[in-house]
Amino acid sequence: MMDGTDDSNLLNSPSTNNGATMEIASPTNPLATPPATGGAPAPSGATNGSGSATSPDSSSSAPDTPAVLGENALHVEISDALSEKEKVKFTVHTRTTLPGFSKKDNNVVRQHEEFVWLHDRIEENDDYAGYIIPPCPPRPDFDASREKLQRLGEGEGNMTKEEFKKMKSELEAEYLATFKKTVAMHEVFLRRLASHPVFRVDQHLKVFLEYDQDLCAKPRKKMAIFGGFVKSLGKTTDEILLSATVRDVNDFFENELQFLTEYHGHLREAALRTEKMTQRHKDVGDSHQKISNALTQLSTTEKGNVETFVAKTAEIFERIKNLETRVASDQDLKLGDTLRYYQRDSDAAKALLIRRLRCLAAYEAANRNLEKARSKNKDVHAAETAQAEACEKFESMSACGKEELIGFRNRRVAAFKKSLVELSELEIKHAKTQYEYLRQSLLALKEIA
Amino acid sequence: MEVESPEHTRDFAEVDINNGAASGSEDEEEEVPAPGSVTLDRNESDLFVSALSPSSIGDIHPLQEVLTDDGDYFISIVVSDPQKIGDGMGSYLAYKVTTKTNIPKFKRSEFSTLRRFSDFLGIHDLLVGKYMRLGRIIPPAPSKNIIGSTKVKISPQQSEPGTPMTQEWVEIRRAALERFVHRTAQHPVLRVDLDFMNFLESDQELPRSVNTSALSGAGVIRLFNKVGETVNKITYKMDENDPWFDDKITEVESLDANLQKLHNAMKSLVTSRRELSLLTGLVAKSAAMLSTCEEHTGLSRALSNLADVEEKIELLRSEQANSDFFILAEFIKDYLGLFGAIKCIFHERVKAFQNWQYAQMQLSKRRENRGRFELANRADKLDQAQQEVDEWQGKVQRCQQQFDDISAEIKREMERFELTRVKDFKVNIIKYIEDQMAHQQQIVIYWEAFAPFAREIV
Repeated sequence: MMDGTDDSNLLNSPSTNNGATMEIASPTNPLATPPATGGAPAPSGATNGSGSATSPDSSSSAPDTPAVLGENALHVEISDALSEKEKVKFTVHTRTTLPGFSKKDNNVVRQHEEFVWLHDRIEENDDYAGYIIPPCPPRPDFDASREKLQRLGEGEGNMTKEEFKKMKSELEAEYLATFKKTVAMHEVFLRRLASHPVFRVDQHLKVFLEYDQDLCAKPRKKMAIFGGFVKSLGKTTDEILLSATVRDVNDFFENELQFLTEYHGHLREAALRTEKMTQRHKDVGDSHQKISNALTQLSTTEKGNVETFVAKTAEIFERIKNLETRVASDQDLKLGDTLRYYQRDSDAAKALLIRRLRCLAAYEAANRNLEKARSKNKDVHAAETAQAEACEKFESMSACGKEELIGFRNRRVAAFKKSLVELSELEIKHAKTQYEYLRQSLLALKEIA
Repeated sequence: MEVESPEHTRDFAEVDINNGAASGSEDEEEEVPAPGSVTLDRNESDLFVSALSPSSIGDIHPLQEVLTDDGDYFISIVVSDPQKIGDGMGSYLAYKVTTKTNIPKFKRSEFSTLRRFSDFLGIHDLLVGKYMRLGRIIPPAPSKNIIGSTKVKISPQQSEPGTPMTQEWVEIRRAALERFVHRTAQHPVLRVDLDFMNFLESDQELPRSVNTSALSGAGVIRLFNKVGETVNKITYKMDENDPWFDDKITEVESLDANLQKLHNAMKSLVTSRRELSLLTGLVAKSAAMLSTCEEHTGLSRALSNLADVEEKIELLRSEQANSDFFILAEFIKDYLGLFGAIKCIFHERVKAFQNWQYAQMQLSKRRENRGRFELANRADKLDQAQQEVDEWQGKVQRCQQQFDDISAEIKREMERFELTRVKDFKVNIIKYIEDQMAHQQQIVIYWEAFAPFAREIV
């Protein structure tokens, strides 16, 4: 009867309270994103475009096998996570043969803020201006679950013991699912850094992975958040100004910027709507539960054959609830998460293009300075070097950016493919399961009737 | 009985009125021949009237016994084609009522007529007036929807007369009306009631019933009466001498409370599912937008197909919401109404009991009077006192008869009701599950059509 809970058993088993310790063995990675393969943007794969579509397996299988590492390997995973009242502590497990690391196998405990710190360090590094910075994982958000748990506590009086127990275990399962997802997103961020040819040798990443103390990444204060808001506001106006004043010399980048701006907008909307849809779908599930509860109560006032019939109906509704909730969470996992991740990734890609535009503006300014210097015949040499430097920087950034954008596209297409294929498979599976269950229930009901 | 409390004195005032109406057979005669006169040309209905009219209530029972055997009889009624008739504030919606039956009392085996909403309410009121006092469960008629009907009145006649109306509430009402007539027609006595038969058969417009309008004076009075009765129900506790009724009342109360909960849960399911349908539609739109924007051909095609699937799912969700609504929620709502009707007949029984008690009290008063006169040797007054005693003795007998009849009738009705209720519940649940199975099958088909596009992305 309860065969539908095979997955949730896994979630239920720790049976934890709010704030207690939770262990996640190996978080499944809901984001299909296989970060660009070990060798990363090899010129051939980059131009071809089809090269990396076949790579999805490399990253998902590698960390699981504690096999011998090849040369210059860097494997990062979050082996454990601990949820305390307000924060989550991730245990980051590193195995590496990279020369710079002092230990081949190392564990450090990191909090979300330290991930943000790492992201910000990389983002502000001028040398990485030509790369798409992997998007920062979103802040762990358990407020919704916690609120529900609290409301459950308040409503304890008006529920039967059975209902209360059911609700509680459900909320715990939900909490755990959110928790798992948070862990997975943080892991994806690290994996992408670790598999990137440039970021993997970044000093900050090394510190992040090796240093066994707190990285003095204080939780962001209100002021800092406000500052960040002002900064982002400045950034947007900057973007508008740049795109209005700087004429791009290269159609590829101009098109890309236009595309990404539009694409990002659509992704954001799609992600938002998908979230709302899955949320409402969960509500549909909850309504089934309510009906089931009401039917159970009704069955107590019925007699004989009718009682059995009503009780069976209650059971059916509860089971449908489980199935529908599963459909909703799989949609969220496959479609919602992919959309959300690429919303952030496309934003990162857009940031790269903006940086490039800014670089272009600097280059043009250098050109003007050179002309001015020549006409005045003053400091010509210094201006020439400055211009040459700006030119070189811009050129290398363009070349690098192009590769990165192609990489982004391949990554995106592969990830969408994977999640869409899985989505359709799961939808079919769930619908078939429900159909079969209903068919059998119908037979059982007809027998009772 | 505690006569002191003000409520009770109020009760008695009311009882008096009822008493006159219930015990006097004038009322009975007033109502029954009216429809009879319409259908005088029919022999069998004449027979029916003559069997009924001179009688007291008790005589109906043998008739019912004959008709309860409904194994061979069937009647099915379809309410269809809602259409707007007339213009402006005078306009109204009419529905085609088609009946198929093999009950010999009907002239033909298949016929249809046009009836407006207030006709349904009218027939319901007539049936309530005739049969509720006898302890029959009258299926409740759907309630008025003033906003909806005003909208119909105001809306310009964009559709040709005869074309079906499409608004959602019209369909909801049509279905509710159909269930109402269907339920009434399943009752062995109600279905051969002359007014009801006339309602189904006659081509003529029915006399406009004035009492049905929610805002009319009669409506307001009815409301007051209802409030009064509720107060009465709360304040009056009769000493029950039949444990069956105590048990039944508790049972009905708890069933009613549980169904109320169930109905609320179902309403929330309908709302969530409707919203889910809407939101799925929005996701479909977003997927379509993404698809036009996406530069990768394969992915773009897959996204556009995703948009198609989600659009189909949107429709499917709304169909699911419809089965949630029509098969489950409305069904339970009907039963809540029926429980209301049951409570009414239980209350009628209490009223009959009160009447009986009141008559008994009056009788003992008259007897006291007579005794006093006897002691005082006032022969002049004794005669009149004796007459009064006789009169009240008769009343007591009638009231007791009435009370016994309604008690017996309620038992029969409840037995019938229970059988139908259980059957209805089973049928509806099974139908719902079959519906859901079909929906799941559709989902499989939709996603299976989509899967290749996802796999083909290169």
